[in-house]
Amino acid sequence: MKNETSLFEEEFYEIINILKKLLETSNSKTVLLIDKAGQLIASAGDTRDLDLLSFSTLSAADFAATSQLAELIGEKEFSSLFHQGEKESLYISMVAERVILAVLFDKRTTLGLVRVRVKHAASELERVFNRIFEKIKKPVKEEKRLFDEEFTKEAEEEIDKLFG
Amino acid sequence: MALINYAAREINCKIVYYGPGLSGKTTNIKYIYERLSPTIKGKLVSLATEQERTLFFDFLPVDLGTIKGFRTRFHLYTTPGQVFYNASRRLILKGVDGIVFVADSQRDRMDENIESLENLQENLSFYNMKLEEIPFIMQYNKRDLPNIATIEELEKALNPWKVPYFEAIATQGKGVFETLKEISLRVLKHLSQRAPT
Repeated sequence: MKNETSLFEEEFYEIINILKKLLETSNSKTVLLIDKAGQLIASAGDTRDLDLLSFSTLSAADFAATSQLAELIGEKEFSSLFHQGEKESLYISMVAERVILAVLFDKRTTLGLVRVRVKHAASELERVFNRIFEKIKKPVKEEKRLFDEEFTKEAEEEIDKLFG
Repeated sequence: MALINYAAREINCKIVYYGPGLSGKTTNIKYIYERLSPTIKGKLVSLATEQERTLFFDFLPVDLGTIKGFRTRFHLYTTPGQVFYNASRRLILKGVDGIVFVADSQRDRMDENIESLENLQENLSFYNMKLEEIPFIMQYNKRDLPNIATIEELEKALNPWKVPYFEAIATQGKGVFETLKEISLRVLKHLSQRAPT
């Protein structure tokens, strides 16, 4: 079973554009796309003061825990999650059953608007991800180029350098 | 589930430290965090109870450097060891690329080790994964304590796969980086072995 998620240039920039559009049309502050394992795929907007790695991990964990809660009460899933803060709020939802979309916003917009725009972006992202998952079922030339003997050699060198 | 971004030139992998309660998983991660240079480590996130027992997970991102022009990052996670936290444990295994099983060497903890190892396999099967198919190594921790099982006994009871093992005293840092080095290598080699030829 192939376990990796690979993102290629074409789709990556398409994803970035969808996130940027969502950011603008929803008037939010930051948009993050995260895989279910908690790894950041792409982001748009203001990320200067944000620890992106921790934020991605915790958002994915938050969503995963919430899904389990849904199951416990007999729901298939809670499709979205909303945390309201004094200044900033966070809206998290699942896209294409595989990736998590997190939107950070403040008083310049409303939950209603964010929700509508997220729904639209989610269907666009779903199309892109379906294409990606179709693509990575087959061997791809980028993978052949990356994972060769040189990769293993360089990996060993880096690890030696780091851990002695 | 490694995430490989060819556009941003990044590789992200997830390594999980698994094992029974109080076997030293968090101690491993904390030692790594203390010893690594600030330029290559991220923030250590711990979701723990007031008694410092892991409630959900600990998380530490480590920047491995650049391999063939790809910035390579490892995300280290620990699981909560206590039996009743299984729902959390299972969630953390989602998308795992490599596993370190941290066993407690004390004789009276052998049953907990075995139980935790069985639980690991059960939880992996939830994601249609098998221990044999992913990079996996053992760490026999607490080698400084009295009344510990011999390596032969531990190997017999816990390691039928004959995967590499490391003796450790995580509180003193012994064996911690050796373990991390081995699992890192295995995860990256596994990635390249699985790529099409």
